[in-house]
Amino acid sequence: MQCQICNKNDATIHLTEITDGVRSEMHICEHCAQEQGIMVKSQIPINELLSSLLAVQPTDDELFGPSEKEVSCPYCGFTLEQFRKEAVLGCPYDYEIFEKSLPLLIEKAHNGKTTHCGKVPSKTPKDSRKQIELLNLRQQLDTAVKSEDYELAAKLRDKIKKCET
Amino acid sequence: MKLTDISSDINEWFDGSGPLADIVISSRIRLARNLAGHKFLSRCSTAEKSDILKKLRDVLMSLDLGDKIFYISVDKAPVLNRHFLVERHLISRHHAFGKGPRGVVIAQREFFTAMINEEDHLRIQLLKGGLQLSQCAEQINHIDDMIEQKVDYAFSPRYGYLTACPTNLGTAIRVSVMLHLPALKMTGQIEKFLNTTRDMGLAVRGLFGEGSDAAGDFYQISNQVTLGISESDIISQFENVIIPEIVEYENAARNQLLSKESDVLDDKISRAMALLRNAHLISSQEALFLLSHLRLGLNMHEHMGASTPAIDTLCRLIRQGSDADKRQGLSIATINRLFMLTLPAHLQLNYGKPLDPTHRDALRAKIIRSALNQDK
Repeated sequence: MQCQICNKNDATIHLTEITDGVRSEMHICEHCAQEQGIMVKSQIPINELLSSLLAVQPTDDELFGPSEKEVSCPYCGFTLEQFRKEAVLGCPYDYEIFEKSLPLLIEKAHNGKTTHCGKVPSKTPKDSRKQIELLNLRQQLDTAVKSEDYELAAKLRDKIKKCET
Repeated sequence: MKLTDISSDINEWFDGSGPLADIVISSRIRLARNLAGHKFLSRCSTAEKSDILKKLRDVLMSLDLGDKIFYISVDKAPVLNRHFLVERHLISRHHAFGKGPRGVVIAQREFFTAMINEEDHLRIQLLKGGLQLSQCAEQINHIDDMIEQKVDYAFSPRYGYLTACPTNLGTAIRVSVMLHLPALKMTGQIEKFLNTTRDMGLAVRGLFGEGSDAAGDFYQISNQVTLGISESDIISQFENVIIPEIVEYENAARNQLLSKESDVLDDKISRAMALLRNAHLISSQEALFLLSHLRLGLNMHEHMGASTPAIDTLCRLIRQGSDADKRQGLSIATINRLFMLTLPAHLQLNYGKPLDPTHRDALRAKIIRSALNQDK
């Protein structure tokens, strides 16, 4: 795509503006952007991304999926409305209480990943460890199938079977 | 132990040693942890925060870290001391100026700190000079294990370590590498670099973390995704792919400066020298900006054997300038020392009392002049 201003360089900056519900787009090159005095924010810290996701989305349903907006945590009294404002949760149980709503957001923040992979506290019971391993293997299997790596998928399937017995 | 015991010198990880230290200033790994059976801090009463603080403080102070450890009650510390701790990278800005009972446990050699009641109940971090992420990981993992023997962490089989903000969930690890990239800046390639790192899902921040700018051409690169990828995979990506690649780009830019744009390079170094040796008022931003060019010149001489009129003058100057430089390779330490000791809180703490901005600028200029003018 060519720059809309100079019509010479490749457009590398793509601006989308929404004013009074009307969407307009502009595609320009870095040089013209500088001349126009357009500052390009080169990176979005994840907390900022989260806050903007929370602030911009029009409804809880769109942001959080199946609505749990009437629910409040019995342990800390936390609600999704508060999460929208503060971007932090009230207590560890909130991850269970809002189990329908949070996964969507978690998936967005973590590049599509939804289950833990990595260190497990040494005090964790054996059953839970096994559960974590199975969750990881299933996630890896999903990725292998999606990328059509059937050789790896077969190996993972065997591992899962072995782990389940 | 008093803060003035450490404020007159740079910390160990900033002494210019460590692998790839000409470009990689430091490696840092931070783990976020919360105690099971407690609310996250946003829902804690002051009394509950105090309980958590006491419990974690007792556990941390009882650890054997192979170094003296001390505790600072951050909420009760004077504002100047809090600024100092931020400048020193021992606590975050959020921790320095947050609310409620909170504190920090610090190893005297400053390789380890533990912030209690920051955004999570506990945030432990390990810092080393140069590119040493695996070593950081090994040590912090061991410390984490020792703490875990004495407390129960909030952990779920599905989501891993549970954190107040879902963006830190899972391993709750933040791997950060501080880089000095003046040549990428000088050759106009820094925006491209920033865009590429963003596309890779990494965060780029300035010298003092979130919300700070890239003063002195220092950039902190860190991971954002913490769920669904193991600690070792994140670290290995940084250590074997991401950082070596950035280092290669910066080295290529340095070579480009030398072979094609040596006038640009010499102009920057000479102007920096002239200003730093003669100015009577200098802001901390300007000092960082100019010292960065001297650091580049010296490193190009030491690591690439670069010789240009400005670099040769600079090397003679630094060699004559400091006793420490009689030991090989310490000239970079002289510049690093000036970087850190002329920061606003360092200046004032070492001076013994708060100073207004103009007096700070005068004192800063005086310190730099005397370090760089000993040949006169």
